Amino acid sequence: MKLYPRQRHRVLQIVTKLIIPFVMLFALYVQFHGDFGPGGGFQAGVIFAAAFVLHGLIFGLQRTRQVITPTALRILMATGVLIYLGTGIISMLLGGNLLDYDLLAHDPVHGQHYGILLVELGVGVTVTAVMISLFYSFSSRR
Amino acid sequence: MELLVIVVLLTFLVAIVIGIIVLRDLLAAVILLGLYSLVAAGIFVVMDAVDVAFTEAAVGCGISTILFLGALSFTRHEQKPRGNDSLVAIAFVVVTGGMLIYGTLDMPFYGDPNSPAQQHPEHTQHYLTKSAGETGIPNVVTSVLASYRGYDTLGETVVVFTAGIAVLSLLGLVRRRPEDEAPEDAPGDVPALSDDDSERHL
Repeated sequence: MKLYPRQRHRVLQIVTKLIIPFVMLFALYVQFHGDFGPGGGFQAGVIFAAAFVLHGLIFGLQRTRQVITPTALRILMATGVLIYLGTGIISMLLGGNLLDYDLLAHDPVHGQHYGILLVELGVGVTVTAVMISLFYSFSSRR
Repeated sequence: MELLVIVVLLTFLVAIVIGIIVLRDLLAAVILLGLYSLVAAGIFVVMDAVDVAFTEAAVGCGISTILFLGALSFTRHEQKPRGNDSLVAIAFVVVTGGMLIYGTLDMPFYGDPNSPAQQHPEHTQHYLTKSAGETGIPNVVTSVLASYRGYDTLGETVVVFTAGIAVLSLLGLVRRRPEDEAPEDAPGDVPALSDDDSERHL
């Protein structure tokens, strides 16, 4: 049976397919459970990017580029910063200072909670996109 | 007990660093760098800095190992034999390292009761006792990072964003070869079986 070069790693490919959903789920857990346990946007972004890096290492960069294109990554990089800055500007428009989350909801404590979740989401999106972009640009130069 | 664990882990760190210096095989050195980050993360856990340990394990052990491996694919896996410049290099490294160690002498020691953080306990006490009520978030690290010091974290996010733009503008402008765009046989595809293959396949 003729094997294409990448197909020699059949076991790795199947194990990777099993692992990737759990890596992503763990990243989302770290992202949204960062209020209660250790974790937050930076760590979650890196773990989420690690799932794509694993995919790229095992299935080849071309496949991963089809899953998430470099253009989409550039847009996501900016989106994360805009989510963060947007949260701050919305709180300014509501009459407070920059990043004053108290005004995001009727109850200041709820407002703080929403603000922190949004801000951490922005951090996570930017870090994920930057890490995957780094991986793309380092491993696509041959 | 805690002291013993820290001493053992620090000894590991020194052994790993000596290994990195001595090894000629760059691939092994990269793996040891990842191990260094993992042991450092262990030390942070012992010092109750779980958030820092988490970041160190994910970034130092995971992503930077991958990036080093990517950089290794541009070069050879074996370090060149050292020339006559090694004495100059050692002198330079010793002077730089000495200056760095001299710089850390100004910092308070671990758990020093005379450190500024302990001399003005009202700030730490405020975060530790009031932050859960003020932000509704039990993890003090998260509430300080995202709310009390949200402006700093905005700056950090912009730094990450800027680093991404910088790398893309330096490395991302390489013209892609046509074969990168359209792989002849995408990895993972099942090859077509010819007649003589199918027997063996059964």
